[in-house]
Amino acid sequence: MQPNDAEAAALRHVHKPLPHDSAVKHVQGSAPYVDDLPEPEGTLHVAVGRAPIARARLQELDLKAVRAAPGVVAVLTAADIPGRNDVSPSMGDDPMFVEREILFHAQALFAVVATTREAARRAALLGIAKTTALKPRVTVEDALAADATVLPDYAFGRGDPAAEIERAPHRLGGTFRIGGQEHFYLEGQVALAIPGEDGSVHVQSSTQHPTEVQHVVARVLGLPDAFVTCEVRRMGGAFGGKESQATQWAAIAALAARATGRPCKLRLDRDDDMAMTGKRHDFRVDWQVGFDDEGRIAALDSLFLARCGYSADLSQGVVDRTMFHADSSYFLPAVRIASRRLKTDTVSNTAFRGFGGPQGMLAMERVIDAVAWSLGKDPLDVRRLNFYAAGRDVTPYGMTVEDHATGRRILDELEERSDYRARRAEIAEFNARSTILKRGIALTPVKFGISFTLTRLNQAGALVHVYADGSIHLNHGGTEMGQGLNQKVAQIVADEFGVGLERVRITATSTGKVPNTSPTAASSGSDLNGMAARIAARAIRDRMAAQAASEWGVAPEAIEFRDDRVFVGNDGMSFAELAGRCCAARVPLSEAGHYATPKVAWNRDEGTGRPFFYFAYGAACSEVTIDTMTGEMRLDRVDVLHDVGRSLNPAIDIGQIEGGFVQGLGWLTTEELVYDAEGRLRTHAPSTYKIPVASDVPADFRVHLHQEPNREDTIHRSKAVGEPPLMLANSVFCAIADALHSLAPGKPVPLDAPATPEAILKAVEDLTGGIGF
Amino acid sequence: MTATVSITLTVNGETVRAEVPPRMHLADFLRERLALTGTHIGCEHGVCGACTVRLDGEIVRGCLVLAVQANGMSVETVEGASDSGELQDLQDAFRERNALQCGYCTPGMLLTAQELLAKGGVPDRETIREHMSGNYCRCTGYQAIVDAVETTARNRAAARG
Repeated sequence: MQPNDAEAAALRHVHKPLPHDSAVKHVQGSAPYVDDLPEPEGTLHVAVGRAPIARARLQELDLKAVRAAPGVVAVLTAADIPGRNDVSPSMGDDPMFVEREILFHAQALFAVVATTREAARRAALLGIAKTTALKPRVTVEDALAADATVLPDYAFGRGDPAAEIERAPHRLGGTFRIGGQEHFYLEGQVALAIPGEDGSVHVQSSTQHPTEVQHVVARVLGLPDAFVTCEVRRMGGAFGGKESQATQWAAIAALAARATGRPCKLRLDRDDDMAMTGKRHDFRVDWQVGFDDEGRIAALDSLFLARCGYSADLSQGVVDRTMFHADSSYFLPAVRIASRRLKTDTVSNTAFRGFGGPQGMLAMERVIDAVAWSLGKDPLDVRRLNFYAAGRDVTPYGMTVEDHATGRRILDELEERSDYRARRAEIAEFNARSTILKRGIALTPVKFGISFTLTRLNQAGALVHVYADGSIHLNHGGTEMGQGLNQKVAQIVADEFGVGLERVRITATSTGKVPNTSPTAASSGSDLNGMAARIAARAIRDRMAAQAASEWGVAPEAIEFRDDRVFVGNDGMSFAELAGRCCAARVPLSEAGHYATPKVAWNRDEGTGRPFFYFAYGAACSEVTIDTMTGEMRLDRVDVLHDVGRSLNPAIDIGQIEGGFVQGLGWLTTEELVYDAEGRLRTHAPSTYKIPVASDVPADFRVHLHQEPNREDTIHRSKAVGEPPLMLANSVFCAIADALHSLAPGKPVPLDAPATPEAILKAVEDLTGGIGF
Repeated sequence: MTATVSITLTVNGETVRAEVPPRMHLADFLRERLALTGTHIGCEHGVCGACTVRLDGEIVRGCLVLAVQANGMSVETVEGASDSGELQDLQDAFRERNALQCGYCTPGMLLTAQELLAKGGVPDRETIREHMSGNYCRCTGYQAIVDAVETTARNRAAARG
């Protein structure tokens, strides 16, 4: 759809495919990350001593050798914490250092502060923990047997699904396991704490949640929040892993700075980072479905068993979001979605792009596949049959899907663009004559709810100044992790003032400028901060217009801001000149904007309401080839059509879609987390944990934007794009299952996620009763 | 503490003399002694490629080479290759195609791509993807990176006539 002419004339940066704001610095290697900042004179380095065992009582911590090691300046334990030994986001169950109970392998026991990073890391290995070992609970089954949870069980739904399943012409059930995922942000966890006057501290942290870092540092040090400032210019990737779990490292660095009176930096080694920080939740899903002869679902009963690790962290919201997406895009007349948040003696699982949503959606797509196979139908036909539609448009949590037509339009268009039907037929022919190689294809939809489901987080602040020379200082509560948020917000602000982007100076996120912010998460960065910045800019512009109007003797409405100038008809002055005149006339040119998302209201106790402002849609069609002798898989072609509303920046949005898809591809095909029976993560380095590389990406990868203005009044009618594309990769998993299904049509495919070559080979054997040679 | 070792090497065309611990790796040396922080530390396992630099013209992992091994050799980092202008068209292509997001992998990606481009010709996309597969990017999904490398190869081939 085309914007109207007036808007097209007024807007000069929004909707344009402009490069990332730091692109020039990134290609020169000159954009500093926390570890690149010049270290203040006397900076010390911190390393963390790890628990050698997953579950134990700590009898004694012998740190004599650590204290005696070369270069060591201080050694810090729980006893050295002046405030509370708690780095949790809210529940009080994440100790910064072990006191008596060891809760997972590699948990932080103590920290070493030394003159060099090398000295600190070497000394940290010298701690001796005397422990009384207990048998660790590692798996979902271990936790179930112990009835151990981190939070209460929770369920919602409607009708009587058990009775409806019983009554349905067809019934199926199964268990499906979904693996977790390591974030593998290229820049690991890092923080630099600089002590200031009166006990204050300034923390440079690689975090998505500077406010939480501020609050947790203050809590640990026993300071008022106002004594702590957290600053973030950029992160080298985050993906959810630096939302709640950046705080511990910042707090340890801050404690070290307090103890030594010197700047202290903590950068986790990669193995430590992988062992000590949480991951995407893994799940066991037990499901039962009832359906008719056509494949129309009558009822679904799903139980999501989430392995949360040792503490609650963000598991309430994560698993709630799993439940909110357990319908995928399908109407479920009678439904029960239940969940248990299981406690295991492993690292505490946390936010990861999609925040539980991908697991809920993937489980539902597996149910659809099972229904289709049992009826001998094409899974896409069963998807279409059950897709939300008029009169069948209320989710299991009581929110009406108002724009399911958008999702359906995307499905229709992608089916055509991808030539799905012809390829399906061609693949069936291929599989009929090919014995070793089998191909599969799947087209799956995405419907992702946009808003924090914790309603109070749906707010943001921004701080805008116009200086006397007409240059503009832009600050907002969102953080830049590579997603291009700063550029999008700068585009919005430049357009409000009708000035060139070069006038807008993007500045580091700081709790000293915008307080009490929400994390940059839930795909909400540009929705929330873009609005807050526009509100601030508009307020200043209105005051500038009033000043110009009084000087020209016209109504403020006659003043126009465009082309870097301020106009009354054909008369005008430069933006800078008006800024100067406003200063002279004592007109304030600074504004703090605040935005709160309208409409959202979720009653968790009742299990009903509107948790989401809107949905973002998408669809992907993937085709794979598997080798039934080796389990190897090749992704041959991918077609994507993804809903971005009216894109704020199509180049950045395409990047989010391509990157999200490939990250999802990794989650579902190569990235496998392995814990041993002792609760130790065995895949704690890139040598054993495999994220996608360039050669894993499909050779034929076609990505298109669906640009239909958001029906809700979002910033320039755009839609959030951070998380939804990850779930486009569900199509790859379903295509692999489709290829496997060709080996034994009609049978359920015994495949869990991730579909590694080993898992595919095992499924081949299960389906064919052995390799057969 | 272990005694240090004297080394003399050329870094981005300038002679550098230093006393270094024998176990200090080249990436730490460049970052901490010379403030060349465009060489990023990603995994310190030689896997991710974020610390890629050139040693006597060949790309190496800065975390797998000791500073003492570079004694008498010539090191080039992204800063040097950027200042000399040899990467200009490739850098432009990365910027224009949005072949970077967080930017952490970008310096290593550029040096790795430049090695392939230096062979001349226009490699096909499969060759580009294979060549780049030793460098991790967690943000872009690689499609834009492969596009940028391919575009640069075409432009250079066209310029050569």
